[in-house]
Amino acid sequence: MKAFLALEDGLIFEGEGFGAETEIFGEVVFNTSLTGYQEILTDPSYKGQIVVMTNPHIGNYGINSEDAESHRPWAEGFVVRELSPVVSNYRSQESLHDYLKRNNMPGIQGIDTRKLVKHLRTHGAKKGILTTKESDPKKLVQKAKDSPSIVGVDLVREVSCTKAYDFNETMPVGFEWGKKNTQKYQVVAIDSGIKYNILRLLNRHGFKVKVVPADTTAEEILKMKPDGVFLSNGPGDPAAVTYLVSTVKKLIGKVPLFGICLGHQMIGLALGATTSKLKFGHRGGNHPVMDLTTKKIEITSQNHGFVVDVDTLPKGEVEVTHINLNDKTLEGLSHKKHPLFSVQYHPENSPGPHDSHYLFERFYDLVAANTK
Amino acid sequence: MPKRTDLKKILIIGSGPIIIGQACEFDYSGVQAIKSLKEEGYQVILINSNPATIMTDPEMADAVYIEPLTVEFLEKVIAKERPDAVLPTMGGQTGLNLAVEAYEKGIFKKYNVEMIGAKYEAIKKAEDRELFKKAMQKIGLDLPVSQFATSVDEAVKVANKIGYPVIVRASFTLGGSGSGICANEEELRKVAKTGIDYSPIHQVLVEESIFGWKEYELEVMRDTKDNFVVICSIENFDPMGVHTGDSITVAPSQTLTDKEYQRMRDAAKAVMTEIGVETGGSNVQFAVNPKDGRMTIIEMNPRVSRSSALASKATGFPIAKFSAKLAVGLTLDEIPNDITKYTPASFEPSIDYCVVKIPRFAFEKFEGVDSRLSSQMKSVGEVMSIGSTFKEAFQKGLRSLETKRFGLGADGKDKVFDLALNTREAYLEFCQTAPKDAALKKKLLDEIKVPRDGRPFNLKYAFLAGATVEEIFEASFIDPWFLHQLKQIIDLEKELIDAKESQRKTLLRKAKKYGFSDRQLAFLWGKKENEVRVMRKAEKIIPVYKLVDTCAAEFQAFTPYFYSTYQDEDEVVVTPKKKVMILGGGPNRIGQGIEFDYCCVHAVMALKEKGYETIMVNSNPETVSTDYDTADKLYFEPLTLEDVLNIYEKEQPIGVIPQLGGQTPLNLARGLADNGVRILGTSVESIERAEDRDLFKQLLQKIGLRQPANGIATSFAEACVVAKEIGYPVVVRPSFVLGGRAMEIAYDEAQLKKFMKQAVEASDNHPILIDKFLESATESDVDLISDGKISVVGAVMEHIEEAGIHSGDSASVIPPYSLSPMVVQEITQKTKELAKELNVIGLMNVQYAVVRDQVYCLEVNPRASRSMPFVSKTIGVPLAKLAAKIMVGDTLEKLGYTAEIHPPYVTVKESVFPFVKFPGVDIILSPEMKSTGEVMGIDRDFARAFYKSQEASMAHIPEKGNVFISVKDTDKVAIIDIAQGFEKLGYRIFSTRGTAAVLREHGVSVEELKKLSDGSPNAAELIREQKIDLIINTPNGKGPMLDEAKIRSLAVSFKVPCITTIRMAKAAVFGLQAVRGAQLEVNPISYYHEECRRMTARV
Repeated sequence: MKAFLALEDGLIFEGEGFGAETEIFGEVVFNTSLTGYQEILTDPSYKGQIVVMTNPHIGNYGINSEDAESHRPWAEGFVVRELSPVVSNYRSQESLHDYLKRNNMPGIQGIDTRKLVKHLRTHGAKKGILTTKESDPKKLVQKAKDSPSIVGVDLVREVSCTKAYDFNETMPVGFEWGKKNTQKYQVVAIDSGIKYNILRLLNRHGFKVKVVPADTTAEEILKMKPDGVFLSNGPGDPAAVTYLVSTVKKLIGKVPLFGICLGHQMIGLALGATTSKLKFGHRGGNHPVMDLTTKKIEITSQNHGFVVDVDTLPKGEVEVTHINLNDKTLEGLSHKKHPLFSVQYHPENSPGPHDSHYLFERFYDLVAANTK
Repeated sequence: MPKRTDLKKILIIGSGPIIIGQACEFDYSGVQAIKSLKEEGYQVILINSNPATIMTDPEMADAVYIEPLTVEFLEKVIAKERPDAVLPTMGGQTGLNLAVEAYEKGIFKKYNVEMIGAKYEAIKKAEDRELFKKAMQKIGLDLPVSQFATSVDEAVKVANKIGYPVIVRASFTLGGSGSGICANEEELRKVAKTGIDYSPIHQVLVEESIFGWKEYELEVMRDTKDNFVVICSIENFDPMGVHTGDSITVAPSQTLTDKEYQRMRDAAKAVMTEIGVETGGSNVQFAVNPKDGRMTIIEMNPRVSRSSALASKATGFPIAKFSAKLAVGLTLDEIPNDITKYTPASFEPSIDYCVVKIPRFAFEKFEGVDSRLSSQMKSVGEVMSIGSTFKEAFQKGLRSLETKRFGLGADGKDKVFDLALNTREAYLEFCQTAPKDAALKKKLLDEIKVPRDGRPFNLKYAFLAGATVEEIFEASFIDPWFLHQLKQIIDLEKELIDAKESQRKTLLRKAKKYGFSDRQLAFLWGKKENEVRVMRKAEKIIPVYKLVDTCAAEFQAFTPYFYSTYQDEDEVVVTPKKKVMILGGGPNRIGQGIEFDYCCVHAVMALKEKGYETIMVNSNPETVSTDYDTADKLYFEPLTLEDVLNIYEKEQPIGVIPQLGGQTPLNLARGLADNGVRILGTSVESIERAEDRDLFKQLLQKIGLRQPANGIATSFAEACVVAKEIGYPVVVRPSFVLGGRAMEIAYDEAQLKKFMKQAVEASDNHPILIDKFLESATESDVDLISDGKISVVGAVMEHIEEAGIHSGDSASVIPPYSLSPMVVQEITQKTKELAKELNVIGLMNVQYAVVRDQVYCLEVNPRASRSMPFVSKTIGVPLAKLAAKIMVGDTLEKLGYTAEIHPPYVTVKESVFPFVKFPGVDIILSPEMKSTGEVMGIDRDFARAFYKSQEASMAHIPEKGNVFISVKDTDKVAIIDIAQGFEKLGYRIFSTRGTAAVLREHGVSVEELKKLSDGSPNAAELIREQKIDLIINTPNGKGPMLDEAKIRSLAVSFKVPCITTIRMAKAAVFGLQAVRGAQLEVNPISYYHEECRRMTARV
């Protein structure tokens, strides 16, 4: 089955399709993680995006029920150099091909992924089309051009839960890590596309967790009398999620806050900063981030296309706590007066290194200090 | 943290000679460390006994000591230089062990030297199995169940508790010496005995077998701030049970989910912290049970290693260079990433290709060797290959190996057990009949149970015989993911066979993506390689070159380090500069190793000086030549005609230099020239004139040089005729081979028959040369440089061993110590005439045998030789550099090197052998080269230089003790003087009956020993009881059944120096007499060279 990937600027790849036979659109982005394709596919932050993996062999260890980061894959399409013809792992339950097919997601393999990645690096993330239905080059590019942009679009609504629920789960047996505390505090996690591992780590670090939809109002949240509020990761343009920004504005100072990724951007926007789009984003598991408070470096899991503009943070109130050592962009902040902090990267990893779990402990300490 | 300013002078310990388990990678890491520390403003001192290294070039460190790596000499260097710190983590296990020994003897304390990189305690914790085990248990890591034993009986008890199979590991040994897997008590008793004997503390670990588990290795770094990064994850194709050095390995890891991988990363991080490696690179090895994912730690090395060199080449992240910087206090975030320039080194490389490492073995050189792969490393070299997929990289790797293979079979070299599939017809027939042959399938499945060299081919044959992935996995435990990759290659091969002429074109691109070489396609399609090439180019199917950039293209990269692949976009920027392409030597093997890499690196340096853009092509990840810092452009590619031509056509250099990389590139010269490539230096015609027997004969006649009587033969019958004509003994010698492959001396027809068979196999259809063997001749070796007009002899070397022992295995002395000045003059003169006649442009090596002042020419090699670095280090002239310059038009006149240099001191090169890795193999020397490496001794006179060379080769001969002497009848007269010499030195002499009688007759007091079968006392007992300090045994005949062979084999096991030639014994006495009571001095190599320069200036 032939498949095509075309970018809005005219670059076209012909490859072999796998997964579903269909046609989808999305922003084409690349991820340099060597492991963790299942976590990536099921990370709701990839909503609206076609993900290119730089590691050439994908699908080798299949799909299993433990490694999903949400109940379904969210990326729009998947681009790899070579899909494994076979699955080899004791935990595997399904092949990647079957999984994508079942979830109606198309994949393309057999293309020069490095060429594509270099193109995106040079020209920035692009709108694209991935299809098994169309092969005419002109039409492909036109369709890519005509597809909706993710800038200014609120994708959070599409991935957030619709009803609040309590979450209490342990990490898969044999793969637990991080400090284990008894669950002492109640936290509300605002779901903008939250990953399971964030929730599991909150549980593990001593929190009872109630997950609420992203459009839950500040009043409703405060009525639950949480000891802390967690702001999750999520897809798309943070500037389009205005309702959540206003919610956060009302929560600041009232309850300890911890934000990850989009949650960090929400806090940034609520504090009056602006966000902007990175040329091609940070997606992978190898970016060095320095914790400016300890000067230690952590290798981080990253997935973001937008960033809080560090210069627009209110002077004197906000402290920059983390920076990306590659491009010196903002990776974390805290407030000098209010109990809140946030990071742009993913301390819950999954996929990615476990260097940053201390942030969950930091949140625990922050909540503890504020509930005395 | 900024770098330390309290340190000024740092001593780096090298790794000594190339041995199995320790090769060029430590030259690579050492060179990086030296450059890196000098860059930071430190003064760097180096001690290393191996002259064939870039790191021992006089201009590398501030002072370079080519001295033995023993505590005695280390102390001398420290006393003289008074360094502030020693960096012991760059010199492999040798460097680390020496540092530990020196520390324990209080040397560092005495001179106030700090160990940086790894502290003594950390090294001990990592290296001592008991301490390591405790440390791992402390941090909650799973280990195979194990217990120590110090006696065989104790080992048996432990094994009974754990349950068979068990693994025995000897404590504190190198490359897994004295280790092995035991399936039952009988095997255990044997292995445990060897292990206990090998272990310096006479201890072994008996361990639960995790044979067949998946094996992984993480290359990691840590700095003083506890920042930790994984540079590379490596998954072994061969599962647990095969030493990592002997395993095919793949980067990145392929079959771990993120959860499993991160768990491993966490464990590695915990290990680094617990062991306390403060700064630098280490590797941590894990095993994973494929059934349930249980992960156990295997070991860690708190130093840079062969794997770290591989990881550096695989990712572009220079581990050794940064390790050195971390050792002086810098942290990872303070070091910029070389490749991207603007991102810091504190990240984890991501790669967007697949890397495969394949080991290279040399079992064919050791008769009677056990070729099963085990936990004891046996490979002598390795290749690395890079491809867009595993399939592409794997086939590229197989054709890089220099084993005449061109991928996963279908190359005319397939051999299924004894059935050779040389022709397409035979191959196709096999493919047809094999699936129906159940017996064959069973036989193959049995065969692949035991890991051996060449197993991938048997995996393929098993597939062809109808075995399924499951069946093959059950037999081999090789992960199904890898097996499926092989199956994809095999399935495509079937498509290629079945394709009609018209369909072939459409399959071509896919075949190239799967790594098929033109040679394989030609075989499958019944065409010539060149026809496939033409067809391929007509279809515009040519490789593109992609960049190794540490970051999977996320950032722009600046380092020109490339690999070929059949994808769309090419990243090479071809410059308009004048370019020269230098072909490297490929994998290390016996006969071709670091010496040639040394020459290639020198050529790169010289041509860069001349303003050329240098293009290096090589496939050996251990080397300095494949450091992306060395040449202007590095192509990490197989050295085959196809791959080299592709690069040539891409880059369009002014020419190619094949004469510095040894036999590998030289063998390509003809093919390259035929394809219109300009060969720089000596012409292909001249090269052939030296190789072709008839042309060579004519050449010698023209010059008036004697040659041993000789003839050629292609069969045993023809050989008999020649041998009868010239008279036995004769030397049987295949042409176009390396390191005396299959070269033997036949004393009678029976031997001739056996040796001819081997020679025909080795020579690949070239005729076999039969030479009269000159008995008791002195061998001499000459290295020369010529610009076509004038020639200068670098040095005339005299071998200590007589002719008949491969020149690569002999000890060699500059200047000659027994040849008459007249003979030396004649040799010098004739060598120059040869160079003129062959119109040598560059380097040439000639070998002579001298019998009673008659000079015979044995061999002419119009290329760089193994001895070139030794000669260069002796005379202080970088001959390979000059040669490279000559090849692009410089003259010796212009380069200021027009007359021979006669150094006022003596250097001795001694060879180092791998026998300790091959128990049971007889150690006697022959025309077939067996040594893996070399050391150099340098001092005022022959005796001292010789003594140093012996110390450096780790054959420590004590000043007095017990010597066992047993020589063949023809040596019984010659041994008398020697025995008297030992007696005078205070040695007690033991002998067997024959030798004892002769010695007694001449007034030597001897203690007589019985034959091994006649009871006590005998030599074997005494060796086992460690009562013998030296053995002199000249062999009577060859065969593992003889007493003498058993004694020699024991000598290896017990590390008793064993001298097998009379000349060597003489030299030993001489050396001992000279150093007795004398204080040996150490001097930097530049100090000696300065003397040469002063002398030359005076002349």
